[in-house]
Amino acid sequence: MQIASQRYADVVVVAPEGRLDFGNAGDLERALAPCLAAANEAPAGVVVDCGRVDYISSIGLRALMIAAKALRARGARIAAAGLQPVVAEIFAISRFHNVVEVFDTPAAALASMSAAAAAAFGAAAGAERT
Amino acid sequence: MKLVRFWGTRGSLPVALTASEVRRRLVLAVRNARGLALPTDGDVESYVDGLGFALAGTFGGHTSCVEIETGGPDYVLCDLGSGVRPFGEAALARHGPRAPQTYHVFMSHVHWDHIMGLPFFGPAYIPGNRIWIYGGHPELEAALRRQMDPPSFPVDFGVMRADIRFRHLAPDVPHDVAGMTVTLLRQRHAGDSYGYRFERDGRTVVYTTDSEHKLSEPDETRVFVDFFRGADLVVFDAMYSLAEATTVKADWGHSSNVVGVELCQLAGVAQLCLFHHEPASDDAELAAVLADTRRLEEITRRGKPLKVCAAYDGLEIRL
Repeated sequence: MQIASQRYADVVVVAPEGRLDFGNAGDLERALAPCLAAANEAPAGVVVDCGRVDYISSIGLRALMIAAKALRARGARIAAAGLQPVVAEIFAISRFHNVVEVFDTPAAALASMSAAAAAAFGAAAGAERT
Repeated sequence: MKLVRFWGTRGSLPVALTASEVRRRLVLAVRNARGLALPTDGDVESYVDGLGFALAGTFGGHTSCVEIETGGPDYVLCDLGSGVRPFGEAALARHGPRAPQTYHVFMSHVHWDHIMGLPFFGPAYIPGNRIWIYGGHPELEAALRRQMDPPSFPVDFGVMRADIRFRHLAPDVPHDVAGMTVTLLRQRHAGDSYGYRFERDGRTVVYTTDSEHKLSEPDETRVFVDFFRGADLVVFDAMYSLAEATTVKADWGHSSNVVGVELCQLAGVAQLCLFHHEPASDDAELAAVLADTRRLEEITRRGKPLKVCAAYDGLEIRL
């Protein structure tokens, strides 16, 4: 699975696609690993853009839990954003909204974490539109 | 195998409805009935049935004890939690004290909630009854005897006059017991626990309680999927939510409804029964977990449907 990763000021946005299950949850772990290993990679935290994720299993949720634990240990945050309806239901049923903050959009998640990251994200989105 | 009957379904500790909770339910039920015409007993029963299980029923409070009706003459039980007391009373009421019976008991492990019913198991005190207790733990007999030693209990194990014997079963190989093929699988739990796969007459029941699934080990997951493969019924430890089982209650030795659905879907199981309920959960919370689990099965289904139920004391599942 190809997972895009983009830094906006002090926050990294990771954007997996498709199914996060036994077959490819490891790809998400590998994509998140640099953000967990070095505090200067994502000082304020990580946003996982789930807009193109159509299923997440327990092993995918576990990858988020491991990231949440590591980030919180150094005072950073993790959020999931743009959940499709099925994924949002899986979050609710597994009670994972108690583990990972959930936002409607990546922009909302970034705004919650860092004004600088939100501004950078907004600027990038504006540049894409021009 | 014909039927599975649940005598105890609660994890860790027995629980009971309080007087105030019973009163709250009665007040609610009567209030909801205002203005309804309920002239016959059948109308009243239909009204009560429509109130929902969390109000008109209860998941119950005995700890683990599950009976399997094999179609053979002997009784088969899984675990000796407090639910074995009403089971023993029912067996004695059925046969009387002078008709010796054989009881085969398969022990998941020897933690207190799974053994606490034995001192209150009436047939164990009656000469002529035969009680064969099976398990994967070498300390099985010592643990069952020790809980009746002073000062913990006033009646010594030796007072039980039934013919009680212990048999160690090795995991991963099939054993022929009570006309069934029985296979044990070692599970992740403090001090280990064992899951059981029972097969007879083309029917398969898996009893897997007090079993944590770490998910990080694909090989371990495959072993459990193979163990569950094609079962008609899997009785599954769903004590915690996935979030709890992977965070604050990680390494506590229990699993979740979410993992139960995933493993059963991968294994092509016909029915999943949520079991070993958290004692802190009330009936409304457990009913919500059941509804959530059924919804999860629905939105993640890729093959044949997986039927989902939640065990309660008194539940009977026909195979």
